[in-house]
Amino acid sequence: MTITPLHFVGVSALLFGIGLLVVLTRRNAIGVLMGIELMLNAVNVQLVTFDRVYGPERLDGQLFSLFVITVAAAEAVVGLALILAVYRSRGTVAVDDLHELRG
Amino acid sequence: MTDWIYVVAFYGVAGVALLGGLGVLFFRNLFHAGLSLILSLFAVASLFVLLGAEFLAGVQVLVYVGAVAVLILFAVMLTQRITARRVRRYTRALIPAALVTLGLAVVTVFVMVKVELPAIAPIPEASAIDELADQLLSTYLLPFEVISLLLLGALVGAIVLARKEERR
Repeated sequence: MTITPLHFVGVSALLFGIGLLVVLTRRNAIGVLMGIELMLNAVNVQLVTFDRVYGPERLDGQLFSLFVITVAAAEAVVGLALILAVYRSRGTVAVDDLHELRG
Repeated sequence: MTDWIYVVAFYGVAGVALLGGLGVLFFRNLFHAGLSLILSLFAVASLFVLLGAEFLAGVQVLVYVGAVAVLILFAVMLTQRITARRVRRYTRALIPAALVTLGLAVVTVFVMVKVELPAIAPIPEASAIDELADQLLSTYLLPFEVISLLLLGALVGAIVLARKEERR
C-alpha cells in the first residue's frame, strides 16, 4: 500500500469542499473568511503535489503556492479591516443582514 | 514511499486537516472555529513536509498560523459578543449551498477517476531552498516585486480602513 498523488489530491478536494460549504453557509463574515483560507490551503496542497509529481527540476508549483500564501495574507488583512469598518458603522457582521444593495 | 510510517503519517495528518476543516464548519462559537482553523493549517503544513516542501511548511506556519490566524482571532474578539444571545450559525441558503458543493464533488470525483497520474518523485536529499531562492530572484523576479507592492498596498489600505474616524 503506497501513497499516490491521488491521495493528496483527494485530501485537497475534500478540504476545498469543506471550505466551499463554510463560505456558502456561514452567517458571520469572519467565518466566511475562514472558509476562504481553507479553500486557498486546499489549492496550495494541490499545487505542491503536482510540483512533486513533475519532478525536482521544476519548482514552479512551490513558487506559485508561495505567491498564493502571500496574496492570501494580503486578502485576509484587507478583508478583516473591511469587516471591522462594517461592524463599526452597522453593529453587525452577519452577511445576510447587509442587504442595502438588494435590487 | 512504500514505508508504512509514511502511510500512517499521511492518513493521520490528512485526518487532522479534515477534522479541523469540519470544526470550522460546525463549531457554534466562532472563536472555537478559529482555533480549529489553526489546527487545520498546521496539518496542511505537515502535508507539505510529507511532500518534501519543508520551506513551504515553514512559511505556512509563519504566515498562516503566526499572522493570518491570529489576525482572524483578533477580529473575532473585536466584533463578537460571544456570551451574548445565541446567534444563528448559518444563512438561509443551506440547500443551494449543499447543491453547489455536491455538484463540485461529482465533477471532482469524475475527473479523479478518469485521470492517470505518475507516482510522486522521490524526495531529493538536498533541500530545494537554494533553487527556490534562485528562481524567485531570476525567473520570477517581476511577480516577486509586484507582490511586494501588493503587500504594501494591502498594509496601507488596512490601516486606512480600520482606523477610527477623526473628529473635526
